[in-house]
Amino acid sequence: MSDKMKEVPGVYLRDSELKAPDAIVFKSRPNAKYVWTAGIAYSGYLEAFKNGKIIGRRCRECERIIVPPRMFCEQCFRSTDEWVYVKDTGTINTFSISYLDADANRIEEPILVAVIDLDGASEGIGILHIVGNCAPDDLHIGMKLRAVWKPENERIGCVTDIKFFEPLKED
Amino acid sequence: MTIKRRVAVIGAGITSFRRRLKETGKELSYHAAKMALDSAEMNLSEIESVVMGTAPDAFDGIHMKSENLLDGAGGTGRPYTRPFVGGGTGVFSPIAGWWHVASGLFDTCLVVAEEKMSPVQPHPQTAFRTIWDPITTRPLNPNLVWIFALEMNRYMKTYNIPKEHIAEVAVKNKGNALDHPSAQLAAKITVDDVLNSETMVWPVQRLDISPPSDGAAALILCSEEVARKYTDAPVWIDGVGWSLDSSYWTNRDLVFPQYVAEAAKMAYKMAKIDDPPKQVSFAEPYDPFTYKELHHMEGLLLAKKGEAPKMTAEGITQRDGKLPICPSGGLLGVGNPIAAAGLMKCCEAFWQLRNEAGKRQVDGAETGVCQAWGDLMQVGTVTVFRR
Amino acid sequence: MSFDKITNPLKLRHLVGDMECDYIYTAGIAGEKFFIALRDEEKFLATPCKKCDITYLPPRMYCEQCFSSLEEYVEVPTGGVVDTFTLTYEDRDGEPLDKPVLVGFIRIENTDGGIIHQLGEVDFDSVKLGMPVVAVFKDKSQRSGGLTDIEYFKPK
Repeated sequence: MSDKMKEVPGVYLRDSELKAPDAIVFKSRPNAKYVWTAGIAYSGYLEAFKNGKIIGRRCRECERIIVPPRMFCEQCFRSTDEWVYVKDTGTINTFSISYLDADANRIEEPILVAVIDLDGASEGIGILHIVGNCAPDDLHIGMKLRAVWKPENERIGCVTDIKFFEPLKED
Repeated sequence: MTIKRRVAVIGAGITSFRRRLKETGKELSYHAAKMALDSAEMNLSEIESVVMGTAPDAFDGIHMKSENLLDGAGGTGRPYTRPFVGGGTGVFSPIAGWWHVASGLFDTCLVVAEEKMSPVQPHPQTAFRTIWDPITTRPLNPNLVWIFALEMNRYMKTYNIPKEHIAEVAVKNKGNALDHPSAQLAAKITVDDVLNSETMVWPVQRLDISPPSDGAAALILCSEEVARKYTDAPVWIDGVGWSLDSSYWTNRDLVFPQYVAEAAKMAYKMAKIDDPPKQVSFAEPYDPFTYKELHHMEGLLLAKKGEAPKMTAEGITQRDGKLPICPSGGLLGVGNPIAAAGLMKCCEAFWQLRNEAGKRQVDGAETGVCQAWGDLMQVGTVTVFRR
Repeated sequence: MSFDKITNPLKLRHLVGDMECDYIYTAGIAGEKFFIALRDEEKFLATPCKKCDITYLPPRMYCEQCFSSLEEYVEVPTGGVVDTFTLTYEDRDGEPLDKPVLVGFIRIENTDGGIIHQLGEVDFDSVKLGMPVVAVFKDKSQRSGGLTDIEYFKPK
C-alpha cells in the first residue's frame, strides 16, 4: 500500500500562519495550579534537608538503603523499616552539560547536572542535582563530590537547600 | 501461556508528519483511520472495537483528549479504549488491539494513534516541565533532554563508544526516510554534519534528536477467519510484550534498558524466537535520539551489550545489511508525533512483510520487531510481526 | 506493617506549583471554513452526509457514523429553537458573577447540530423550550472568527 501512496494527507502550517492576525485560531491558558503534598516519606526527606542532612529509608528484606526515601520498598513490596541518614558526599554516576534551560531556550553559561550516587546509600542509589564550582571539562564519571548547603536561615525544606555539589578535594 | 486465537493486521494508514499541521486531532485521526480502512477495503460498520493510542494530554492541550478524538477515530457508538504509556504508546496500542481480538471478545479492532504537539507554546518542552516529581526534581528546573544526555553519557563511557558511531544512526535514518512519503526530516547528511551540529545538552547535539511533530497512523486488526475473507496476505502479530521499570530512575542502571529486554523476552517467547539476531529479518526500535536506537538494539537482544555501535559502523544495520534497523527512516527521519511514531513503525512492519514498502523494501522480510519506549525512560513495548 | 504517621501538621510539607502552558489551537479544515463564513459573511455553514441523512453543525470533514469524507458545505439559517437553557451564577473558576448569565443550547434549523451560547433580550422566566431564536452578530470590526462573533441569540 505505501508504495502506491504518492501523497499522504495533512496540510502543513507555518508558524507565521498560525500566528497571523487574521488566523482562525484559539488561544488558551489553563488555570492549573497545584499544591503537592510531600507525603510521609518526602516530608521526612525535606525536613532533613532543612536541617542540612540527607535522609533515606532502609528495607530490611533486600537490605537496601534508598534515597529518595519511600515508605514502601518497590522491589520487595513491603513497608520500609527505618530512617537512615546518608552522607552528603557522593560519586558521579553520570553527568551532562546543558545549554538549554527548562523551556528549551539556549543559555550561554551551561548548567552542569549529574546523577550522584550517595555515600552511605546502597550501590547505585543516586539523586539528580546540579554541579557547581567546576569547569565542564573537569567533569568525569567517578568524580567525588560534596554538597554545598545554603546557610541555615535560608533553608526552607526543599531539595534546593543544597545549592549544588562541588568537587571534593582529596587531601 | 495459551493464546486463544491468532490476530492479523490487514490494513494500515498514515498522515504526513510535520512540525505543524492545520488539521485538528480529530481530522488527523480520521485521515489515518480512513486510509487504513480503504486499504483493507472495509467499512467503518465492520469495525467492532477501537483502540486510541495518544500520549500526553498536555501536548494537544485538551484534558482527556482521547474522548475528544473519538469521533475522528471511528469510536462513536463503539467499545473504545485508550491505553497510555507515554512514548511507548505507539507500539502498545496494537498490543491493546491484540487483546481485543485474541481474547475472542471482538473479531475486528481499529487501532489509531494520534499526536498534535504544535498547540503548546512556545515549544513542546514546556509541557514536559510537568513530567518530573514535583518534590525531588522539579525545583531543580530540569529540561527533559537532561535525562537522555545523562543516559547517553553513561552508555558511551561504559563501552568507550566514539561519537562517530552514534552519529551514523542519524545519517542512516534520515537517509532511509528520503523514501518515506510522510517524512518530516528526511535528508542526506554526513557524520561530520552531526558532529558539527549545535550542542544542546552534552553529549546530545541537534542532529541527534528527533523533532516534535503532528501526525496520526492506524492499523486494522482482525481474527484469522476475518482476515482470510479480506486478503491473501495477512500479517500476523505473533508476539507481544511490555514491561515497566521504576520511576526512581536515579536509583537504577542507565546503561542497559532492562525494561526493553523484559518486554522483548515476553514477545519472543510467544513468537517462539530463541535466537533473535538470526530469526528477525528487520527491526524498528524506537529512535527519538541516535544513541537510543543502539541502546534499544541491545535491549531487544539483537546485539550484545556494547556491540550495537560497531554493528552500525560496519553497515550491518543498513537496509541491505544483515540486520536492517529502522528501514522506515525512524523517528529521526520520519518524525516524532509521540504515539503516532510508534505506530508508524508498526505500519512499516506491515508494508515490509507484504512487500509493499517500495524503495524501502528489505529483501526477504519474514519477521519484523517493533519497539517503543517512553514515560520517565521506563517503559518498553515490543511487537513481533510475521508474514 | 503500616507507615509512620505524621502527627505535627507543621511537619507535613508541600510544594506549590502549576502545570501552566500556553496553547494555540487550530480550528482544523472544517472549523476554519465555518469560522471564516461567520466572521466575513455572518453565515452558518454545515456539512450534510447524504448516506446517513445527517447534517452536521458545527461542520465536520467526516461523518462519524459511516466515516464518509464530507466535502460539501451548505448554508443554513442563523437561528433555530432553544433545546434547553440554564442560568449560571459562577464563572469558570467558581467565582460569583455580578449578574447571572442566561445560557442556552440552540438547535440550528435544517441541521442535526446546534450551538451553546448566551440568550439575550429575554429574561429567564420568559424562556421556553422550543422557543425560536436568531443570532445577533457583533459589528464586523469586532469579529475575529470565533463563536464570540455572535453576541447572543434573541427571540425571533
